[in-house]
Amino acid sequence: MTELPTVEVASGITSLAWLLFVLPAAGSLILFVAGRRANTWGHWLGVLTVVASFALGLAIFFQTIGMSADQRTTEVHLFDWIAVAGLKVDFGLRLDPLSLTFVLLITGVGSLIHIYSVGYMSHDPGRRRFFAQLNLFVAAMLILVLGNNFVMLYLGWEGVGLASYLLIGFYQDRPSAATAAKKAFLMNRVGDVGLALAIFLLWTNLGTVQYTDVFERIGQVSPGTVVAITVLLLLGACGKSGQFPLQAWLPDAMEGPTPVSALIHAATMVTAGVYLIARTNPIYNLTESGRLVVALIGTITLLIGAIIGCAYDDIKKVLAYSTVSQIGYMILAVGLGPIGYALGIAHLLAHGFFKAGLFLGAGSVMHAMDDNVDMRRYGGLWRKMPITFVTFGLGYLALIGFPFLSGYFTKDAIIEAAFTAPGWQGWVFGLTASVAAGLTAFYMTRLMIMTFFGEKRWEELETSDGGHYHPHESPLSMTVPMIILAFGSVLAGFLLTNGKALATWLAPSLGELREAEGGALPHSVTPWLVLALSALGVLVAYLVVGRRPTPVERPERVSLPVRAARRDLYANAINEAVIARPGTWLSRFLVFVDNRGVDGVVNGTAALFGGSSGRLRRLQTGFVRSYALSMLGGTVLVAAALLVVRFS
Amino acid sequence: MLLLILLLLPLVGAAVVAPMKNNARTAKLVALGFSLVSLVLTIVTWFSYSVAAASSGTRFQLELSVDWIPAFGTHFALGIDGIALVMLALIAVLVPIVMAFSWEERIPEGRSAAGFYSLILATQSLLVGVFAATDVFLFYVFFEAMLVPMYFMIGRFGGPRRQYAAVKFFLYSLLGGLIMLAAVIGLFVVSGEQLGSGTFTWVDLQRMAASVPESTQIWLFLGFFLAFAIKAPLVPFHTWLPDAGAEAPVGAGVLLVGVLDKVGTFGFLRYCLPLFPFASKTLAPLVLTLAVIGILYGALLAVGQTDLKRFVSYTSIAHFGFIALGIFSFSSQAFAGATLYMVNHGISTGMLFIVVGLLITRGGSRLIGDYGGVSTVAPLLAGAFLVAGLSSLALPGTNSFVSEFLVLLGSYPRQPVYTILATVGIIFAALYVLWVYQRTMQGPLRGSAVLGALDTVGGPGTMLDPALSAKRSSGFPDLGRREIAVLTPLIVLILVLGFFPGPVLDVITPSVVATMNEVGLADPVGGLSQ
Repeated sequence: MTELPTVEVASGITSLAWLLFVLPAAGSLILFVAGRRANTWGHWLGVLTVVASFALGLAIFFQTIGMSADQRTTEVHLFDWIAVAGLKVDFGLRLDPLSLTFVLLITGVGSLIHIYSVGYMSHDPGRRRFFAQLNLFVAAMLILVLGNNFVMLYLGWEGVGLASYLLIGFYQDRPSAATAAKKAFLMNRVGDVGLALAIFLLWTNLGTVQYTDVFERIGQVSPGTVVAITVLLLLGACGKSGQFPLQAWLPDAMEGPTPVSALIHAATMVTAGVYLIARTNPIYNLTESGRLVVALIGTITLLIGAIIGCAYDDIKKVLAYSTVSQIGYMILAVGLGPIGYALGIAHLLAHGFFKAGLFLGAGSVMHAMDDNVDMRRYGGLWRKMPITFVTFGLGYLALIGFPFLSGYFTKDAIIEAAFTAPGWQGWVFGLTASVAAGLTAFYMTRLMIMTFFGEKRWEELETSDGGHYHPHESPLSMTVPMIILAFGSVLAGFLLTNGKALATWLAPSLGELREAEGGALPHSVTPWLVLALSALGVLVAYLVVGRRPTPVERPERVSLPVRAARRDLYANAINEAVIARPGTWLSRFLVFVDNRGVDGVVNGTAALFGGSSGRLRRLQTGFVRSYALSMLGGTVLVAAALLVVRFS
Repeated sequence: MLLLILLLLPLVGAAVVAPMKNNARTAKLVALGFSLVSLVLTIVTWFSYSVAAASSGTRFQLELSVDWIPAFGTHFALGIDGIALVMLALIAVLVPIVMAFSWEERIPEGRSAAGFYSLILATQSLLVGVFAATDVFLFYVFFEAMLVPMYFMIGRFGGPRRQYAAVKFFLYSLLGGLIMLAAVIGLFVVSGEQLGSGTFTWVDLQRMAASVPESTQIWLFLGFFLAFAIKAPLVPFHTWLPDAGAEAPVGAGVLLVGVLDKVGTFGFLRYCLPLFPFASKTLAPLVLTLAVIGILYGALLAVGQTDLKRFVSYTSIAHFGFIALGIFSFSSQAFAGATLYMVNHGISTGMLFIVVGLLITRGGSRLIGDYGGVSTVAPLLAGAFLVAGLSSLALPGTNSFVSEFLVLLGSYPRQPVYTILATVGIIFAALYVLWVYQRTMQGPLRGSAVLGALDTVGGPGTMLDPALSAKRSSGFPDLGRREIAVLTPLIVLILVLGFFPGPVLDVITPSVVATMNEVGLADPVGGLSQ
């Protein structure tokens, strides 16, 4: 059992917490309703609401940190949302170290992405609409992490799904964008079904959906049901966080403008699954098998993501699969239970910084390269865009776990903990995570070399409209956020893990971080193993990509594993063959059955009674009409008679 | 008295408007005036209704009863509970919207706008009667009578196959109605045996329900059920709806799918359950099976439709499955969810029908394949379509989420298997909505209806030059002022009821709790507050 914190009614500035999500939501609403009138100032309103939300979040954070640890969990009740008989669903917020951590990440990184977007989208006629949707995204994500019950979570959960649908499909006239948006929403809905069913199970067994009551009473639920609940919650997490087997939408989500990718992959959306499992830790603590499933899914995903990341030439897709893989690490961490919850959140925060930085950097490169995403057309860009190069480079080093940068502290901690899982699990989780770390170093180094080093392959190429490439550094509104994020990439890991600062802060929400002990490999060995594998990855990348000229056209005669990785390890093909195509057939078949079969019986019966000759049918029609008319007349008469009776 | 005025006022309006054949504008204005007065009166009714009295056991309020045919013990008896009240509110809101929408509809040759608006008012009056009747015979009369104006609306003002659709609609409904008539008479006979003298009064019939043997209940139940299952409609009695929905003029379609069909589900809740509690419990698995088939089958068929209006009809069949699931799962939450669903479905599907109507008016085709990339030239129209669609797929934050969530949550404790299957249906809902949205609204401008209206020379697949788009979009205009005025109240309702369903749920709850008592079951999950 988990030790639960006492929940107090929020006071002081914390009672204004509803403004956190109301501000961006209002911004979004105003921008949608105002329409073209807001085109000149709309983006600044969008920035302002998120920055204000961040400032409020900071204020609440400092008030909370000034209180003792057992007073840091508070709730704000706004109104009864859905109340019928015994059911009461609050529209209420829960402010505790976990939700506040997410609030700062969402609004902090969100603010930087908003500011960056002002420059990035400056030439887009849809910029106002873009900011309206970006604000909606932040508002939904804030509701997701702030809600004090599972239905509020679900509200934010699907709200995020809607916002991502709108933003992935932002370039509405591109069929590929529309398809990707629909795919994202549908795969998310599959996960949502899991979350919904988990909520129904909780209601059936406990008669409540409020976090506080659920966590207090979850011990009364039978072990089998607890496992079912954890697996269903995990299904929800898989949908939103792009985990196996629902990972295929995440890379397609790159169809949206690049700041959206940064927002989805760093600050919002994909982190929701990790949040969900961390938030419901009192449930997961009760079931070892439930946690094992989580850890397994995380392990499978982190490997899949790393393998596919090695094969793509599209800079955004490589980063997308890198996200799939890194979220896999976080899911693995929270699947390890009390030794991993805080580690998962730490990596999530560090990843939030460096992945946002990497995506904004990629956007900056695309900005310079006429929106081309093919790394085979890049090369030697470090001279042309030094700020992008340095900030991106720091994010790269943080991601591959270069000593004393963010990833080194947060990712290695997860791998160390993975090795301590009991029995075979330790070996499987630990070794897979280590190998994937090596692969990460490989694909990221490959990306760095192809983009910033080597020959300038773009010099001899033409842009899509026949001009020449003129790479240039991006404007200040874009580079300043990148610089800030680069600082975060360097420092976050150290600051978060130093003296277990983050784990201590999160303890009221996640329980004390338990020391991982024993296990397959001693603690002194793991860091060296990971470091060695990462160095190997860098070296191999240098040998394969750095020492040879990169062909501009993608070589087609490649080995089977590369071919499989280029096709996303056949995830889409499987979805297509198993679900999409049979579904289409079924739908067509049913339309036929309905028209000929079900309706055929109806019409056949009618024909039987009515006879088939045209003469009879005319008669019949006339009959019905006159019958109808007489009925109407009769009704009017009855009503009139009644009136007379009543008032005479 | 208030209910009688609510019932008669639109009928008077219909009589006043009908002769104004030569002055369409006046006819429309007068009709709209009548509907707005009805709206005001309904608001008065809303505030006259006491939730506290309902909670303390008053079954019906604002009652009025006069002897009608004393020999048969029939009364002209009106009265409402919370469930009927929210339906009256739905009617009152939708009718003016339907009228404003139909303002510039093309009327078939030889027909007059006065006739159409008069029929709308007649429908409104009869619908008020059907929801407010507390005498079973009176209910039956309204149940049959409301077919008539709808029959004429479809048959005289509808699309190319309007005759076929109208006759099918009428005969099918009539068949159900006649079977119900037999059951109504049977009920009268049974009440004679049980109570000494036969009665049609709902309250008396309900009181004797527990003493009626189960075998008798099952026959009577089936009689009512069949009529309601055709009306709702449940699969496999649904095939009249796509035809009627497709051929009906959009305004009539909104009333048909939005309100008229709800009489079926309302009937389940008001007549089947309280009057035949044993039969309802015994036959629940049968109904639940039909309901879940409806959810999945309707959704899969919606995915496969090529006609926009038939598409909306099939989505409704899926939604009716959810309502029936809630009603036959026997819990306060599921009942309340089903009732709220009736209201929300009227709003969201009504809006979907209207938006589809706006699209069809512009492009002149009902086929999905004739449209494409509309958001480029008419972004507001596309946005309205998306809002209606998101409400249809029950996105949290919209009205429909609250009702669908309550239905599923309330059904799960007693019926986990059916509920799990129904929950899978929400994936299909997302599929059919977003796929139609993608085909009609997103992507490059394409489709003969759009390109034809824009008079583009380039043919399908050509991208529109932004410089020309302003000029060309005049052929396929975005929403005008009147259209925005029609849609705005619906969008506001969708959002407000999504976040603040409280006032409506408060009105519904005492009545569904009363229904639970009448069925003789306690809530499977009591919750923490009791």
